Amino acid sequence: MFIKMKSFKISKLIATTAALAFVASVGFKAHAETLTVYTAVEAEDLKKYASRFNEDHPDIEIKWVRDSTGIVTAKLLAEKNNPKADIVWGLAATSLMLLGNEGMLEPYSPKGVEKLDPKFRDSANPTSWTGMDAWVASICVNTVEAAKYSLPTPTKWRDLLNPVYKGHVIMPNPNSSGTGFLDVSSWLQLFGEGGGWTFMDGLHENIARYTHSGSKPCKLAASGEIPIGISFAFRGAKSKAKGAPLDIIIPEEGIGWDMEATAIIKGTPNMKAAMTLADWSISRKANEMYNEGYAVVAMPGVAKAVEFFPPEVATKMIDNDFAWAAQNRKRILAEWQGRYDSKSDPK
Amino acid sequence: MSDVALPVTAGIAVIKPKLSRDDRIMRGFIVMVGVWMVIAVLLPLYFMLSKSAEDHDGNFIGLANFQEYFSTPALFYSIENSFFIAIVSTIITITLAFQFAYALTRSTMPGKGLFKTIALIPILAPSLLPAISFVYFFGQQGIIKELLLGNEIYGPIGIIMGEVFYTFPHALMILITALSTADGRLYEAALSLRASRVKIFFTVTLPGIKYGLISAVFVVFTLVITDFGIPKVIGGQFNVLATDIYKQVIGQQNFEMGAVVSVVLLIPAVLAFIVDRIVQRKQVALLTARAVPYEAKPARGFDTVMFVYSAIIGFLILAILGMAIYASFVTFWPYNMAFSLNNYDFDVMDGGGWDSFSNSITMALYTAVIGTTIIFTGAYMVEKAKGFGAVRGSIQFLCILPMAVPGMVLGLAYIFFFNHPDNPLNFIYGTMAILVICTITHFYTVSHMTAMTALKQMDPEFEAVSASLKVPFFKTFIQVTVPVCLPAILDISIYLFVNAMTTVSAVIFLYSTETNLASVAALNMDDAGDVAPAAAMCVMIVFVSATVRIFHAIFTRGMARRSQLWRQR
Repeated sequence: MFIKMKSFKISKLIATTAALAFVASVGFKAHAETLTVYTAVEAEDLKKYASRFNEDHPDIEIKWVRDSTGIVTAKLLAEKNNPKADIVWGLAATSLMLLGNEGMLEPYSPKGVEKLDPKFRDSANPTSWTGMDAWVASICVNTVEAAKYSLPTPTKWRDLLNPVYKGHVIMPNPNSSGTGFLDVSSWLQLFGEGGGWTFMDGLHENIARYTHSGSKPCKLAASGEIPIGISFAFRGAKSKAKGAPLDIIIPEEGIGWDMEATAIIKGTPNMKAAMTLADWSISRKANEMYNEGYAVVAMPGVAKAVEFFPPEVATKMIDNDFAWAAQNRKRILAEWQGRYDSKSDPK
Repeated sequence: MSDVALPVTAGIAVIKPKLSRDDRIMRGFIVMVGVWMVIAVLLPLYFMLSKSAEDHDGNFIGLANFQEYFSTPALFYSIENSFFIAIVSTIITITLAFQFAYALTRSTMPGKGLFKTIALIPILAPSLLPAISFVYFFGQQGIIKELLLGNEIYGPIGIIMGEVFYTFPHALMILITALSTADGRLYEAALSLRASRVKIFFTVTLPGIKYGLISAVFVVFTLVITDFGIPKVIGGQFNVLATDIYKQVIGQQNFEMGAVVSVVLLIPAVLAFIVDRIVQRKQVALLTARAVPYEAKPARGFDTVMFVYSAIIGFLILAILGMAIYASFVTFWPYNMAFSLNNYDFDVMDGGGWDSFSNSITMALYTAVIGTTIIFTGAYMVEKAKGFGAVRGSIQFLCILPMAVPGMVLGLAYIFFFNHPDNPLNFIYGTMAILVICTITHFYTVSHMTAMTALKQMDPEFEAVSASLKVPFFKTFIQVTVPVCLPAILDISIYLFVNAMTTVSAVIFLYSTETNLASVAALNMDDAGDVAPAAAMCVMIVFVSATVRIFHAIFTRGMARRSQLWRQR
């Protein structure tokens, strides 16, 4: 009797909540076909991306779900058993590989995939993901602040080990930031496993603190909170364009990089529209659009120089072994955390 | 319908009173409140606890995750850090707030109303605001960074300073209440026995406010140890439990470890809650019918000291708020100090733009209206229903339980529960509804207790008289109870509204792109390095909260004149 009553109440409560949810969703307008697109593309670019796509495909409406790389990845994983996204357009390839390992991606080779630089596409056939543009590490140096502390301008990663930089360098925490992980994995690849950790041990001595996000070090350098921020070049170029006294340094040894990429989520009910978007996302037009902000894009021969972006970026990109990075990610992060992320190290 | 049946039952001597229609409706409602609490608190917590004992593929592995946690120094050091921050902040906050409350209640200094208003300002701001202000005061480009004598603001110093600002009004309100209920006769007796001021303080004042003081200590301790915004913005390298949960879930997508840290954080919060409950129960009425309310007498020297002290505290609070406002209008600190509105151009930044601001207002309105309705009606049923003791008792317990659950923990538990594919309620995941439900639940306890206090002040005769006149209870409820309790109802709704505007911790895991919130946007903008725009968003939140608060004050005054006339003698 009681149980019966209880279940009755539950259904009543569900009805109430449903009504509430309905009220909350009023204002959502119907369209021919809507794609839920998860992305970590910069907020200021979203409208541009959607409208360029709609120039060719006006019948598909894009519903963006945007957040930083870490949050979008966490969200996708959290929704693993109950995916809300139809397609991901503009998320770190390493994150997509993570999703791939969880069996969350729908293999589909978009039309013209062979035109992309092989580095910028999944090696499997059909591909699970396709690249858009590269997102490269760099050092942002605030010239005003550096002069104040008479710091020399670093040209190599190893320059940062110089004790003059003590307390003047900030980098992202690889445990929370994709950029941070990209730096760490590139040092391990450049200097070898042992050399990489030795380098980081030394660097740790000079680091003022680690930030949660990857763009923050460069923005902090731009605003003079710190003379040197290890971040990514795109952010540096944007801040420089705003008038910050920044130098964007591409270290001589080579730079780590990741790419923004596209992948269809397995089980999407809108497969056709998702395929249309995936096809478009690797078209020449799309690549030209990526090039407005990023100096290196997936389709060879498209890229033109980008204002304030160091021109030598493409030649300095290391031969990044994404599969190795994805496989060893957990181990590397645990090792990093044990070495540098505890209270026992004051700075 | 029952017209025929009623006289019959009335005619026969019934030993056990039959349930009236009123009773049945009330009991139905009580069960609904119970179901709400089970769905909104118990089940999510259960899912979180079980997640902490599962591996990545969902297999039960017992305490293995905890073992891993306690063998990772980087993780378990945070326990010590969290306690350190919480204890130091509590000591400082209570000391400062106690003196301030003392000045407000025990001196005859001028400007008490103004000081009290200023002291309550921090409640209107998200906890990130003081942290952001401190960056502009004490950061590398800070205007008075020399005051830190070369110490870094990013770390424990910054966190503690921020927490003191954030928890000050909470401690103050409890201490003012405690200090206001004093029996003047005790002081007269002490004075006539020629006790010194100091002696009176330790033998009369302190014992009198003992319970209020303990309560304030635990409230502040819990607020600090569960706070996320301040350590996130200004914690630097100094990890605490709340930021660890965030890092585990958002940074590493390690939900299991996030659940483990949540359980670790849940323990001190629950302990503090239990101690507070025990102390509350011991609190006996200090003011008996014969008590003479204490009235402060002018004492020039003492009043001057208290005034200067209050003025300093008031100035500091205004300075911290003022710095956030100032920094939000500076074009590009420190290289272009000209004023502009650039930082308010939220649409070109991370965090969801101006939409997040209107979402926050929508969410706060829903929370205030729906929350107040549920909470007040629920409290009414629990307080006024007859019989049904065991159920009422357990629901009363469920209603005060949310206070022991830190926001981060509640939010994470909601992911596990509401996004479970087998949950028939999973359609609300990612909608405004889940944010509203989570926020109502998170702030349920204080609202519930406010409602209970107001209802207990009402004579039960109202219901008895109505019942004997065959007026259905809901008529009495709407025509008598609600108008009489209107001040409390408005207090609850404003409390829910302001907290919904400023909360970060509970909703950080639950918002979606369409339901981004202003407080979360501020956090994410700061995270991306857009510190000034984050300050700007905090300023917008304070602006809305303050506006609503002012309207509430005006409205309450007008309302009080009309509906509370009976209270005047």
